[in-house]
Amino acid sequence: MQAVAVRKIALAGNPNVGKTVLFNALTGANQKVANYPGVTVERKSGRLKDSGQGGQPVEIIDLPGCYSLNPRSIDERIAHDVLVGAMPGEAPPDAVVCVVDATNLERNLYLVTQVLDLGLPCVLALNMTDAAEAAGIEIDIAALSEALGIPVIPLAARLGRGIADVREAALERAVVAPPIDWPVREDVEEEVAKLSAVLSAERPELSDRRRRFEVFAALVSDVLLETWQERAPEFHAAVQDARHRMNAYSVPYQMAETMGRYGWVSPLAHRVITTRKKVGERSLSDKLDAVLIHRIWGPVLFAALLVVIFQAVFTWAVPAMDFIEWAVNETGAGIRAVMPDGILEDVMVEGALTGVGNVIIFLPQILILFFFLGLMEDTGYMARSAFIMDRAMRRFGLSGASVVPMLSAYACAVPGIMAARTLPEERDRIITIMVVPLQGCSARLPVYVLFIGAFIPAGTYFGVIGYQSLAMTSLYFLGTGMAFVAAWVLSRFVFKGEGSSFVMELPPYRLPQIKMVLRRMVDRSKVFVVRAGRIIFGLSILLWILAAYPKSDLPADLEARMAAATTAEQVETLQNEASAWRTSQSYIGRFGRALEPVMAPLGFDWKISAGIVASFAAREVIVSALATIYSAGADADEESLALRDAIKADTYPDGTPVFTPLVAVSLMVFFVFALQCMSTLAIARRELNSWFWPVVMWVYMFGLAYLFSLAIYQGGLALGLG
Amino acid sequence: MSLKLDQLKPGETGRIDGFTDASPSVRLLELGLLPGTQVEVVRLAPLGDPMDLKVRGFHVSLRKSEAACILVSRA
Repeated sequence: MQAVAVRKIALAGNPNVGKTVLFNALTGANQKVANYPGVTVERKSGRLKDSGQGGQPVEIIDLPGCYSLNPRSIDERIAHDVLVGAMPGEAPPDAVVCVVDATNLERNLYLVTQVLDLGLPCVLALNMTDAAEAAGIEIDIAALSEALGIPVIPLAARLGRGIADVREAALERAVVAPPIDWPVREDVEEEVAKLSAVLSAERPELSDRRRRFEVFAALVSDVLLETWQERAPEFHAAVQDARHRMNAYSVPYQMAETMGRYGWVSPLAHRVITTRKKVGERSLSDKLDAVLIHRIWGPVLFAALLVVIFQAVFTWAVPAMDFIEWAVNETGAGIRAVMPDGILEDVMVEGALTGVGNVIIFLPQILILFFFLGLMEDTGYMARSAFIMDRAMRRFGLSGASVVPMLSAYACAVPGIMAARTLPEERDRIITIMVVPLQGCSARLPVYVLFIGAFIPAGTYFGVIGYQSLAMTSLYFLGTGMAFVAAWVLSRFVFKGEGSSFVMELPPYRLPQIKMVLRRMVDRSKVFVVRAGRIIFGLSILLWILAAYPKSDLPADLEARMAAATTAEQVETLQNEASAWRTSQSYIGRFGRALEPVMAPLGFDWKISAGIVASFAAREVIVSALATIYSAGADADEESLALRDAIKADTYPDGTPVFTPLVAVSLMVFFVFALQCMSTLAIARRELNSWFWPVVMWVYMFGLAYLFSLAIYQGGLALGLG
Repeated sequence: MSLKLDQLKPGETGRIDGFTDASPSVRLLELGLLPGTQVEVVRLAPLGDPMDLKVRGFHVSLRKSEAACILVSRA
């Protein structure tokens, strides 16, 4: 039966059927996660365990979960293209394992009939037999196998039962099923027959059943129809004619395929399934839902979960972040100790090492967030959170599934943007990604702490609400409020008319598999470190060069004072002054001066402007940049009193202070909006696969920052608050 | 008499008669919401929308605006 040796096996199936569990069991540790060219869909492949000794290794590829092969979503398109061999650089599989959920056989078989129609050798893995047993569902495996014409292997992947059987069947027993005769209404059948004939004239190499599959796909999907324009122009035109004809007579041809396939699948499912349970008895999942999406308890429990996640992200991550900071500093000191002084040493420590530090400092938060997101996905709770929040989010043109990305962004926009992958609608996904960076992320915190600490008095209103905490809260509200406004504007004006839909399965709850959650957490974090890291790393070095060059000689009097310095303290003060002088003469300093006329209406002098340029890479950099410029020592942080005092004491040549509370507020508001973060741009570029949206993102956020700061500073001056 | 699916109350079951739109959402069709299919409204989301429906043994959530395109008769 099996003519050729199997080299490549594809796993196909609906979402939430345990495909990935089977994949992990079959491949073990030999996995590779990459991306399909040009899209964000993960290509998960691996080598079949114990294959390759004394023969060719067998590759297993885990296709994205999908309900159908009619490519409406990216996931379905990828699954379709890989199976039919239309994916560039990807040979079609030699065998397909269709993974189905035994507790939900009828709907799962719909996709199976489509895969069978492609004419590839298949086996059916009947997964979740343990859950089916518990639910009192019995399936006549022999009858199912006979009706489909392929081997059916019972499987309980989570318990590890049946893995070896699936492996053996995929390698030895996959067969091309005999054609399935699913019924089609006569008027549509007539058109399909005609179109088949046209296609066969142009593309004689396709088999009869494959041709039939393509005809139905082209009738329903514009995307697929377009692919024929070049390859079979007459067929392309004929399909359009047929659509017009059938539309004119109101023939419901869009329904013909689904009606036909379900017309074949439903009786089959009823024939092979025996349910022992009484009708109306509720499953454990239904009982859980009665609480978890209950009118009152649902939102309460969701809020409680969020509190736990935030607690974890903001407190558990702190020791790890401190450690990374310490390790980066120590490494820098180590390099300084062994390397000769000079440019190379400076590039290594202040450019490259700082670049690495900028990338990995947020890794602890990202790992923790991804862990919780994975847990939510794996248990099935993610879909419930979207269900609970959809109504509220839709007012702003977002979807219920936008909630998790937006909340994640309070820690960092990067995991927020990556979490937007779970949004099924492309429109919703783009809008969500575009507004996520407005959420107050943890990199803004040092900026807020520095300026609130320096300029907002520590007093309280009525002895309860502190001015400082009120200021901090307002900044967060401002960002989040603007995120909703931006989403509303985008959905109202940019994506207007594009209906968003919320047809979403609420899968049965499952116990999470911690191993899988951890694996996915690591995979996704790797994406951040590797892909975003490269851009961040490069730009960090560039920014260092801009801050270090051109080198200029120190003024004569400073040189003289440095020569005369005796105590260590004096030397340090003068060295700080020297580095302040050098920075002021560097490209960054010059940029700051050049920008001053533009930024002056916001209340920013050249030093603040230079700080903004320097913190283009990452917001928190402005703190160390100002520290250098103000000679407070580059290692001063946002809590440093020396830096606060230096900032407060600075004056313009005419004696007026550079920083007033009004300037501080204007600057903080600037940082609420401005997209001073390379990681965000890099990851948005990756997730949207184009520079267009990231550029729009940067421009609109900078525009908001400028306008708001301008309004606040000029408004404040007019009110006499300067 | 045909109703729209969003008019069913939680706990009620209906049978799909057809769609208000000549070309209904293919996603709905693929999930098996076809003429003749039984649909149970299990519950509404805490804010009254979307709906949690049970179809062919699984749960699917649908916004009321989407459910309003589906014609049903009470079973």
